[in-house]
Amino acid sequence: MTTLRKFIKVALAGNPNVGKSVVFNNLTGSRQHVGNWPGKTVDKKEGFHRHGERELYIVDLPGTYSLTAFSAEEMIARDYIIYEKPDVVVNIVDASNLERNLYLTLQLLELGVNIVIALNKMDLVKKEDIDIDVNTLQKELGIPIIPTVAPRKEGMSNLVKAIVNTVKSSKSEYNILRYDPKIEKYIDKLEGFISFTEISKFYRPRWVAIKLLEKDDDVKRKISSMKDGKRVLDKASELEADMENEVGDPEVAIANARYDFIKKIISKVVKGKGKLTASDLLDQALLDKFLGIPIFLAILWWVLQIAFIGSAPFCDFLGDLFVYIGTALEGITGQPYIDYLLFGDYGIIQGLGAILSFVPLIMALYFVLAIFEDSGYMARAAFVMDRVMKKLGLSGRTIVPMIMGVGCNVPAVYATRIIPDENDRMIAILTNPLVMCGARLVFFSAIAAAFFGAYAGDVILSLYVLGFVLVFIVAIILRKTLFRGKPSPFVIEFPTYQRPSLKVAAVRMWDRGSLFFKKAGTVILLGLIVIGILTTTNASTFAFTDNPEMAIISAIGKFFQPIFAPLGWDWRLIVAAIFGFVAKEIVLGASAMLYGVGEEQIASKMASMYSPIDMFGYMTFIQIYIPCIVTVAAIKQETGSWKWTAFAVIYGIVLAYIVNWLVLVIGHGVFG
Amino acid sequence: MKPLLYLPEYSSGVIVGMYGGRGLMKRLIDMGLTQGTRVHVLKSSGPGPMLIEVRGSRLALGRGVAMKIMIREM
Repeated sequence: MTTLRKFIKVALAGNPNVGKSVVFNNLTGSRQHVGNWPGKTVDKKEGFHRHGERELYIVDLPGTYSLTAFSAEEMIARDYIIYEKPDVVVNIVDASNLERNLYLTLQLLELGVNIVIALNKMDLVKKEDIDIDVNTLQKELGIPIIPTVAPRKEGMSNLVKAIVNTVKSSKSEYNILRYDPKIEKYIDKLEGFISFTEISKFYRPRWVAIKLLEKDDDVKRKISSMKDGKRVLDKASELEADMENEVGDPEVAIANARYDFIKKIISKVVKGKGKLTASDLLDQALLDKFLGIPIFLAILWWVLQIAFIGSAPFCDFLGDLFVYIGTALEGITGQPYIDYLLFGDYGIIQGLGAILSFVPLIMALYFVLAIFEDSGYMARAAFVMDRVMKKLGLSGRTIVPMIMGVGCNVPAVYATRIIPDENDRMIAILTNPLVMCGARLVFFSAIAAAFFGAYAGDVILSLYVLGFVLVFIVAIILRKTLFRGKPSPFVIEFPTYQRPSLKVAAVRMWDRGSLFFKKAGTVILLGLIVIGILTTTNASTFAFTDNPEMAIISAIGKFFQPIFAPLGWDWRLIVAAIFGFVAKEIVLGASAMLYGVGEEQIASKMASMYSPIDMFGYMTFIQIYIPCIVTVAAIKQETGSWKWTAFAVIYGIVLAYIVNWLVLVIGHGVFG
Repeated sequence: MKPLLYLPEYSSGVIVGMYGGRGLMKRLIDMGLTQGTRVHVLKSSGPGPMLIEVRGSRLALGRGVAMKIMIREM
């Protein structure tokens, strides 16, 4: 049957680190879009590819090792294939890691869908003097196999042709791979039973049979709600018990049967044996017992420096640009209230400028993170840091978002996606704002010199240390209370090192950054408007005022003054802290305005009003209290919950208060 | 028979059993660790995780996990 289908739905599936995103980028070019899978914090990438008359709609499924129902990624991949019914599933297979990769391939074949294999990283295989007989592999699996080298775009046009041909020759019978007869006996019986029930109209009976014997909870649940479901489940548990008697745990037995099947194929198609690769040699150095951690810290330090230095001119430019725009447009509306709200010193445009001036840094950090992931070093970093982090109740991978937080907490919160366990990830998100970011550094460096003279550097360093120490303390407390249990068992694959693709990193940076600002935009703008209104509305008359001292925000500051009196603050410091919610470096400008001096004189002005100990206390407060509004938006997006977002904000304020108070008590106790 | 954790660096063994929760078992199986599979220890020093080669891929396993995999040394 040859029908000309104009629109072809394609799904890309494969293990992590097989080069799936490079294939996706090659196929879709700029015609792609990134979003989230509904209700999940897993990226959903979709795109289009034009081939003659045909339009290929391509979805990049999350990278998974398997199609069981144990992680969000696996569920997404599986549900997409079953319910969205793509015309073709392109299984991207790492040729240099064939044995393990084919495990997923077999599970895809069990689903009974059209599959094309892109046998990627063929260049690596050749380098290792391994020969893969593609024709035989194709015959054994009964599906088209296209050798590819994705970074060089080799094999891409063949891949597209194979996809189109598969749709053209759409066959109703699939090649069935038969496992060990001892296992097949049970699969067969259950499959036969299911074929005569209603369920066979919705799912492939062989797949349901295998899944039920494997005790797949998700499939069980779905079947139980269907017509004939109970009969099928009864039959399944009967066969499962028999099977257990004969071959042991059915789940393990079926997995073994798949691997045995793969072993046989491998022995026919793969010639030559891998030798010690450059990747292994590199690991000998990078994972060294003593040097591993210093090397990791050094690499990270340089990478962050590059992100900082590279983005600085852009950050400055954006900041200046908005100041210029704000000043230029002042007075244009003719309405002083609106005008000041929009263009005033603490108006929306200036607030936006303060936030946007961080965008280049945020983007640079996203870029660096992508390079890090792509190179294969991320897994090694987790490896060397695991023993340290585990003692503190954190998973090894938490180190990456923690260090990124030194730049900016926003990409850092996003970077927690590399942590697979939900509890581990929540702890990492909620503690991340305690890591001192670049914005806070702006305020601290301006203040520290006036108060602490030659010790300014040490004071700032102590704030960094304080941040990290609190991360660990809070993590341990969260682990013991809200997120009980041990850090998840450490099992990570080490991908072969590869030269990171700048293009992939750039695309990911752009996708991630623009997606975030699209999503977080409303939260950020809302925050700016609220603060803008509070600053420009007279507290008693509710009319416009351009004097913040008369505005509602001052009233709030004065209202809270009794609460902060034990910390020795006057209302101006409270107001400055509220401004800091927009972006923490605003604390500097805001306090300058409130004390009626320029930014250059603010430090000496404050030094005349507060003792070094009081000011150090205030600095610890600024270091710890609520993350800035952009970080709050990131936390909301990544936890998917207002409850946890509120928790992050509130515990931050409480903790900041306590630490500030302790600093005063201890400080005045020791120094008088 | 002994836990994988005690297999010396650069030596090999065959998995004879794995113990643990269902989630962990599933993950290990997905990564290619099953009964009868040959593993080769690439790195096992210091208090951190160990690095093994299995089915042509390199896996890092935490010490807790490595204690749950029983090995016959070859």
